Amino acid sequence: MAAAVELEGVNVTFGEFVAVRDANLTIEPGEFFSFLGPSGCGKTTLLRTISGFIEPTRGSVRIGGEDMKGFGPNKRPTALIFQNLALFPMMSVAENIGYGLRVRGVPRHERDEKVKNLLIQVALTEHGHKKVSELSGGQKQRVAIARALAVEPSVLLLDEPLSALDLKLRQHMRAELRAIQKRVGITFIYITHDQGEALTMSDRIAVMNAGVIEQVGDGRAVYAEPRTPFVASFVGENNRIRGRVASVEDGFATLETPLGILKGRNPVGLTPGAEALLFVRPESLALRANGSTVGFEGETLDVAYEGSVTHVTLRVRTGQKITATIGGGAGAPSSNENLRVGFEPKDGLLLALPASH
Amino acid sequence: MRSIYVILLLPLVVVIAFWLIARVEGTGTSASRPGFFQRNGWPIGLYLIIAVGFWALFIIVLPMIYMVDLSFRPKLPLSQMGGPKDVYTLQNYRYFLFGSLTSTAHWNWIHINAFFTTIFASILITLLNFAICYPLAYHMAQSATAERLRVLLLLLIVPYWVNDILRAFAFRVLLSSGGIVNQALMGLGLTSEPFDFLAADVGLYMGLSYAYLLLMIFPLYNAIESLDRNQIEAARDLGAPWWHIHAFIVMPHAKPGIASGCTLVFMLCTGAVATPMVLGGPRTMWFTPIVYDRFYQLFNWPQGAAYAFLLLVACIVFVLTVLRITGLKLGEITR
Repeated sequence: MAAAVELEGVNVTFGEFVAVRDANLTIEPGEFFSFLGPSGCGKTTLLRTISGFIEPTRGSVRIGGEDMKGFGPNKRPTALIFQNLALFPMMSVAENIGYGLRVRGVPRHERDEKVKNLLIQVALTEHGHKKVSELSGGQKQRVAIARALAVEPSVLLLDEPLSALDLKLRQHMRAELRAIQKRVGITFIYITHDQGEALTMSDRIAVMNAGVIEQVGDGRAVYAEPRTPFVASFVGENNRIRGRVASVEDGFATLETPLGILKGRNPVGLTPGAEALLFVRPESLALRANGSTVGFEGETLDVAYEGSVTHVTLRVRTGQKITATIGGGAGAPSSNENLRVGFEPKDGLLLALPASH
Repeated sequence: MRSIYVILLLPLVVVIAFWLIARVEGTGTSASRPGFFQRNGWPIGLYLIIAVGFWALFIIVLPMIYMVDLSFRPKLPLSQMGGPKDVYTLQNYRYFLFGSLTSTAHWNWIHINAFFTTIFASILITLLNFAICYPLAYHMAQSATAERLRVLLLLLIVPYWVNDILRAFAFRVLLSSGGIVNQALMGLGLTSEPFDFLAADVGLYMGLSYAYLLLMIFPLYNAIESLDRNQIEAARDLGAPWWHIHAFIVMPHAKPGIASGCTLVFMLCTGAVATPMVLGGPRTMWFTPIVYDRFYQLFNWPQGAAYAFLLLVACIVFVLTVLRITGLKLGEITR
């Protein structure tokens, strides 16, 4: 079976500005695939390139094995759900859902039948005759999904559709989107700047920064095994300490830093003398650590109790702030306490310092 | 004496009628909102009442009522006005239908024809105007860059600094038998002898279409401009061809603008005087010059008033019918 979407050397430039640089990617059929990145990173441009609103400056987009060059958005087997949903306000809910079928010349009775089924699927059976403006945010969301699914696309593209909803509804819709995707079994390509959304829903995630796909992998991989400093700091919280590699041995490396000699994993094969960044997750840091782990001294600045966890902000010798997250509230230090912070070398991660730093 | 009462009392009736309509539509001040003067302050509040009141009564209602009243009176020498012969009569309207103040034997075909031709031609000009303006307005509203938009607006507005009469005569020169259009046509060998554009009313339709172009463009532009671009893209993404998007997404959204542009152009076309007089061919019978003649050639003001009033009523009925068919409310036009 051909891949759902293949990007091959896709570049999109607007004048001098490079919005997407050399995107190479294969998205499998039935996959829930997310593009995660800060705003302006090129993820929406890439989505619009897949849907056909933008032609790539260089490279090719293949959908279902077929080169899409010259195919407009109305000719591609994709359906796009817009960030603001873009429902048609002058049509009823049922007319909205049936619009794609109507332009395809599907006879009325067949159309009505299909719209009815879709209304059942998205649990809006009673609302078909209503105006779009009479629906709640979550209901509108489901109309947009039904409208896109009506044309039976092989790929559904979603451009941050949950960003306008409140937190509770957003969490609910995550589960619902995932369930709909499982049910219809088509490829979902999801754009978001919210890592929580990407991590909970996706089979795989592509993390993008400044037009470049930095890493592709499942949620666990981009969180636990980031391969670039950007991914390490964008996905989840991370502490970052700069230094120079002193020695390497057996997948680990020691790093000379202003905070002392620290040690971490060395997955990218740094060699002694290389400038590097050490990343340690807040939850991997232990307070009042004994000598068996690597670590450094710090002074607590702020203790924020959040129920299940407590965030402790420390200032280290260089003036840099380091965050540690400890479970519950027990054993939390008081402010201005000097203590030693430690971590296991396996929880430290060394990555090359990017050229621009 | 009677007419004085009518003229003084009718405005009161109109004011009360408008107040009642406002109450029924629920736009009157509700108890929970601060009062009119509290919201605006008394100087502005007073100014608004006086200005709007003056405008509504002295500029719109009173002259209209005076003309309507006049249209139901016979033509009399000044000395007999208000005398025993000054009674209400339908003779002016009878003249429009039958060409005589008393007899009803023959229909007044010339005037009736001119009347319906004017309305029909105005509909055509309105449609033509819409066809010309819609693509332009769409381009300006949805796809033009800011730079292009400024240039287009300038190109649209600047020609209107030229006054109506000058433009009409220029068209006349352009389209005359020895004019540049005929010379070009003959020079290219397309015609062997000059074509009389003016007799064929080409000049008239051109002049009228051009005169009200802006009144069509701007409401259309405003309406289309407020359409969310994503809706157009969503329709395209769902497979809609371009004409389907225009017919079922853009136009329904722009309906108030379309209605407002079309009513403006239609009303002003039927009421245009100068352009038909200058650009009309020798056999052209536009209705407004006939009305004009009642006033200034025959000095029969009551008859002129009756003719003008008929045209106004016909236009209002027509516009309201169209609004009814398209399902628009009068208030939506102003959105």
